[in-house]
Amino acid sequence: MRTEVKETAAADKRVITKKPELLAPAGNLEKLKIAVHYGADAVFIGGRDFGLRSNADNFSIQEMEEAVEFADRYGAEIYVTTNIFAHNENMEGLDVYLREIEAAGVRGIIVADPMIIETCKRVAPTLEVHLSTQQSLSNWQAVQFWKDEGLDRVVLAREVGMNEMLEMKRNVDIEIETFIHGAMCISYSGRCTLSNHMTARDSNRGGCCQSCRWDYFLYEDREDANAESGNALFAEEDAPFAMSPKDLNLVQSIPKLVDAGIDSLKVEGRMKSIHYVATVVSVYRKVIDAYCADPDNFTIDPEWLKELEKCANRPTAPAFFENTPGYEEQMFRNHKQKTPFDFSGLVLDYDADTGMVTLQQRNHFRPGDTVEFFGPEIERFSMTVGTIWDDEGNEIDAARHPLQVVTFKTDQPVYVHNMMRKEL
Amino acid sequence: MIKPELLVTPTSVENVEEVIDAGADAVMIGEERYGLRLAGEFDRTAVHEAVKLAHERGVKVYVAMNALFHNDTLPELPDYLAFLDKIGADAVVFGDPAVLMNAKQYAPKVELHWNTETTATNWYTANYWGRKGSARAVLARELNMDSVIEIKENAEVAIEVQVHGMTCMFQSKRTLVGNYMEFQGKDLGVEGRSKDRTLVLHDPERDVKYPIWEDWNGTHIMSPKDMCIIDELDELIDAEIDSFKIDGVLKDGAYIRDMTGLYRQAIDQYAAKPEEYIEEKEAWRDRALALQPDNRELDTGFFFKETVY
Repeated sequence: MRTEVKETAAADKRVITKKPELLAPAGNLEKLKIAVHYGADAVFIGGRDFGLRSNADNFSIQEMEEAVEFADRYGAEIYVTTNIFAHNENMEGLDVYLREIEAAGVRGIIVADPMIIETCKRVAPTLEVHLSTQQSLSNWQAVQFWKDEGLDRVVLAREVGMNEMLEMKRNVDIEIETFIHGAMCISYSGRCTLSNHMTARDSNRGGCCQSCRWDYFLYEDREDANAESGNALFAEEDAPFAMSPKDLNLVQSIPKLVDAGIDSLKVEGRMKSIHYVATVVSVYRKVIDAYCADPDNFTIDPEWLKELEKCANRPTAPAFFENTPGYEEQMFRNHKQKTPFDFSGLVLDYDADTGMVTLQQRNHFRPGDTVEFFGPEIERFSMTVGTIWDDEGNEIDAARHPLQVVTFKTDQPVYVHNMMRKEL
Repeated sequence: MIKPELLVTPTSVENVEEVIDAGADAVMIGEERYGLRLAGEFDRTAVHEAVKLAHERGVKVYVAMNALFHNDTLPELPDYLAFLDKIGADAVVFGDPAVLMNAKQYAPKVELHWNTETTATNWYTANYWGRKGSARAVLARELNMDSVIEIKENAEVAIEVQVHGMTCMFQSKRTLVGNYMEFQGKDLGVEGRSKDRTLVLHDPERDVKYPIWEDWNGTHIMSPKDMCIIDELDELIDAEIDSFKIDGVLKDGAYIRDMTGLYRQAIDQYAAKPEEYIEEKEAWRDRALALQPDNRELDTGFFFKETVY
């Protein structure tokens, strides 16, 4: 059953009233507040246990409560990832943990293991249960299976294309969430244990060492084969074998996803910076809002595409959205490119009378630098930094120290949580 | 003493006969379109022949349908399942819930074995799939001996573990070998990228080689060594693990036949004269080692390893 998303508001203009949820990542409370402030409808976070990013800061139960309280003010939802494939010993403490999450006021959990699904239904029945992409859900009958199991929402495998999503929506009446932006596994999620084999770190319990992104060398094997034996399928000057995918970027396909009635559009990246989260969320917020307000006259503003590139440290591609991706959607040799912009400061305060901003420094800048400010309350603008003072009122020749609080005059009004970036 | 089933994945109908002669109690076969990383390709005719042959000898035949299915293949499932039901296959090996749902309708006489490989990691979830209709759980290869035994102690379904062979580390839907060759400007028709090509990825950091190939299901990368616990079977037999699997993927029929014979003897020896088996542990490992190709070392997989996260 396809979700009805359109209705005629006026005789001559179509608007879309049921917008998809824009779902953002947050590795800690600061990132969560930024994500919500910049326009996310919902945020997914990790707790201290049972999630897949053991290196992220992650949230204590108390921080979850604070997150819920903050999100409530904006009408935003919080989901907690509990998407490990549990081993026997991981069952302990799960009941208590799920009850605590429920009591914190979180809307739902994202789960891969049926053990956690059933435990949640038993001990924390008011939590919504969303099936994680770790289940690599890739056909509509499997979607039906999980609906019959009582799940509220499914997150699709990253290998599912637009036409497949449409067929799923046509056949099953369940909320569907899909990734629109960010880094991705190159394997079917949940079906990779490279990390277990190479570094004894369990990828399906949050220990992934991303060894898929290392360089390898392709040989034709014979009993005598080794690195020197001359069975190489590459010449000395060739790039090594690599499995590094370009990051996902579906900004141009948002209209198709909205029309298909996809319920939640997910941005990856709990480990990413607040600058990344703010930039990506604000662009997708604009695209979704602009399309839904006037779908018939919608066009992509090239500025949005440029904006997304300002926080990207890897090239992007649409992955499986239309087709199985070829070599153009992978990276060989250079797996990283430098971010073209530095996140240089976060606005703490602005004095409308004096036109002075109080800013927390995040990266080096100095008088004479060209910078730009952006945020949900303002149109992005560029300006040249004039005199800078430190928090004791001393004039300084540069803002050198991370988290240093400085003041200077801005060309236009700015607001708390606006960000300043500088082109490199 | 209850002897575990010895389950083998053979390369061809002839090899089915050979492994039965060598002492297999069951075989797992199938075709690439529905099953993952099989030792041989068995079309419907071959599956039917294998079933007839095996049943005459009192041996069971399990058919692999453990691929991750996309919408486009779903319409084929009822017909294939009905065929398996009709010829009397003993079990369907599945990972995708779509197979489970279709099997109930189109292959009601055939048992179901849950095998998602990497995600079968705790006893609760093994029992969960049991409640959904599965008679057996095939455990993840990344578990250690203690975890395997704890799962068995709490399981309401039969438990299968791999005791020998290569294990899968990675599956991608992307055509990674072809993509690399294309990136290098090589002619794919000439180069080839299937299982027959025996391609490996060399990992310079660890100086090991991972077999890699591409097929209908995407790109597969396999463990650099063959796991072998022919000398550590006693604890698993004592725990009454139901089925021991020898995976023959990327091996020839003769190797699979000979390794089957070796495990047959080892299991039988432990059942009949456990103290002799314990005494001979080192000899069992040497016998297995003697069958190994020079470029494939043996290890014990994750049976005695700890992983962190």
